[in-house]
Amino acid sequence: MNTTAEAIETSTANLKASDFDGDRTFEGTLGDITAAEARMECRQVNVWYDDNHAIREVSLDIGKHEVVSMIGPSGCGKSTFLRCLNRMNDTIPAAKVTGSIKLDGREVLDRGIDVVPLRAQVGMVFQKPNPFPKSVYENIAYGPRIHGLTNHREELDELVETSLKRAGLWEEVKDRLEQPGTGLSGGQQQRLCIARTIAVSPEVILMDEPCSALDPIATAVIEELIAELRQEYSIAIVTHSMQQAARVSQRTAYFHLGDLLEVGATGQIFEDPQHNLTRAYVTGRFG
Amino acid sequence: MSQTLLLVVILAAMALAFQLGRGRAIRTAGGPTGIKHLHSLPAYYGWYVAIWAGLPALLLLLAWIGLEERVITALLVQGLPAEMTQDLSEGRVGLLVNDIKNLATGGITSGDATPVVQAAAERYRRWTGIADAARWVLVLAVALAGLSVAWWRLAPDFRARNRVESTVLGILVLFSSIAILTTLGIVLSVLFESLRFFQRVPWTEFLFGTEWSPQIALRADQVGATGAFGAVPLFTGTLLISAIAMLIAVPIGLLSAVYLSEYASRRLRAWSKPTLEVLAGIPTVVYGFFAALTVAPFMRELGESMGLDVASESALAAGAVMGIMIIPFVSSLSDDVINAVPQSLRDGSYALGATQSETIRRVILPAALPGIVGGVLLAISRAIGETMIVVMAAGLAANLTANPLESVTTVTVQIVTLLTGDQEFDSAKTLAAFALGLTLFAVTLTLNVIALHIVRKYREQYE
Repeated sequence: MNTTAEAIETSTANLKASDFDGDRTFEGTLGDITAAEARMECRQVNVWYDDNHAIREVSLDIGKHEVVSMIGPSGCGKSTFLRCLNRMNDTIPAAKVTGSIKLDGREVLDRGIDVVPLRAQVGMVFQKPNPFPKSVYENIAYGPRIHGLTNHREELDELVETSLKRAGLWEEVKDRLEQPGTGLSGGQQQRLCIARTIAVSPEVILMDEPCSALDPIATAVIEELIAELRQEYSIAIVTHSMQQAARVSQRTAYFHLGDLLEVGATGQIFEDPQHNLTRAYVTGRFG
Repeated sequence: MSQTLLLVVILAAMALAFQLGRGRAIRTAGGPTGIKHLHSLPAYYGWYVAIWAGLPALLLLLAWIGLEERVITALLVQGLPAEMTQDLSEGRVGLLVNDIKNLATGGITSGDATPVVQAAAERYRRWTGIADAARWVLVLAVALAGLSVAWWRLAPDFRARNRVESTVLGILVLFSSIAILTTLGIVLSVLFESLRFFQRVPWTEFLFGTEWSPQIALRADQVGATGAFGAVPLFTGTLLISAIAMLIAVPIGLLSAVYLSEYASRRLRAWSKPTLEVLAGIPTVVYGFFAALTVAPFMRELGESMGLDVASESALAAGAVMGIMIIPFVSSLSDDVINAVPQSLRDGSYALGATQSETIRRVILPAALPGIVGGVLLAISRAIGETMIVVMAAGLAANLTANPLESVTTVTVQIVTLLTGDQEFDSAKTLAAFALGLTLFAVTLTLNVIALHIVRKYREQYE
């Protein structure tokens, strides 16, 4: 037992992130990429920014009622992958995406599909809270209004209220719905953005480092919220905090320089990773 | 000539002082190897001595140049026999003094010189000679005194670097106050001339009168030229032309800014933005004759073909061309504020399934609105102050009308016509130009202050 631990110790001791660059020895993702009940199925996804091959041959499922966290050093492609899932990469002219991403069996990357309903189904929360410079109420009502989800004012009021309640923000803002959303605290702004996403009743919520601009208390509130949201939504979260990945997710995917190295149950990834680089990263040797 | 030479001598003294100061600093430190014992680098000691040698001398020279002529003139007038000057007006005394000076320097005098004037001229010549010599001596003495004071103060722990720093600060403050004082001077001079105007024409008549006909009778028996200074038609004319200009410039400028910043590909933007900005580089005088020779006749013919009576110098033609001139102004300011809206807001909107035009309409334009309003206000103040186009394309008749097909005149056009040609500088007609200028200045200043305030408030929101 001791000797194997020592062997691992020596094998990872001198690993650097750059060891994996240049001559790639990547031979497929370790672990099981599939989920018990898949909501989204991604197969052989590649992304290029001009000539830069940002992610290659990534295959991963996102299951129903689960939180999948994506970890890895900066520039490893985890945010890029996340942005493929609701085709946000379309807004970057230089980006090119190939492969297959299916949402409930329907192809997402098909040029012919309408991204407008797709993005309502696959919502996104960003790294920095980005409430619109409008009132709290209007921030939530924005999505339902453009999609025509409600027929009259009372219905919209109700939708705003339930969305804020689900995001755990209602009690804090119910008396200042008409005040600007930008006037809330950072953590409240981020929950406002989550409520805004919930308001268009998505199936999947993508979160791109949602807590990196927040203090520990606001982070804890958001993490609790993620755990609750799991009951109804599929969640994919990119995070730089390994503790956060361990706390909130059921499955974890480790990205490295554009490759998906290893996927597995969160406990297994953190306690018994199979790949040297995964081990080196989760034990804090680099990253 | 002697001033220039003296200036050169002072500069030479400064150069010498620099060398002396620097050399002494190095010597007191015990040669080049001891520089680390000095508080500042040797050059700072040099600069310190040079400043002491040059600055007081230069200030004295400046003051001298400003005062010498006045003092001598005052002495000259005092020296004249009292019965010669007491009956004369200020202007006549000035003429007499000029005569004396001309005689002294060998210029042309008015009429023959009386013995009194000749004696005065002789005195003048003597005094200027003394003043010249005294100037040289005093200025050089001050330079030398400054140099020696500074030279004696040098010691290894003397903080020359900090002293030089505060002198630099003083020079910067001096120059920025020149800029501010000049502006203040212009404003005050316009203000005082306007006050003179309002002594002749009550300000209520000027601001609320509806008739503008700034002709003043030169002789008492002239008919129908009593002068009327009601500025209302001028301001309505200005407003009408500016409104037409904004009606053209705001939609075109704003929509092209939206297209260029949100839709256009990078390559298209790379050449279309500079092209649009070429419009801003066309001299306004070119716009002016374009308006007068091309657009105005075109409008007139177009109106005739539709059975409308269009004046050949219509407000419409002038306003339309002014609008074209302002397009790049509006579009580049709007482009700036639209680009300043953070990408994260666009992403947030797209991620909720909004289309591009929904995002622009519901998120970007509302977010950029304060900045756009600020830009439009700046454009309006530019339109109000614009002169060349309206001088050429708008009329001179002060019609009080809201019909864009008629000829109107503007404040700037009237200022130009009031002040071109031979004028008496104290007639109500000339002074009216100052009153118009003051009012125009007040209006554009207010607009600019509001606009800058809005723009700044908006910028703070996202930085």
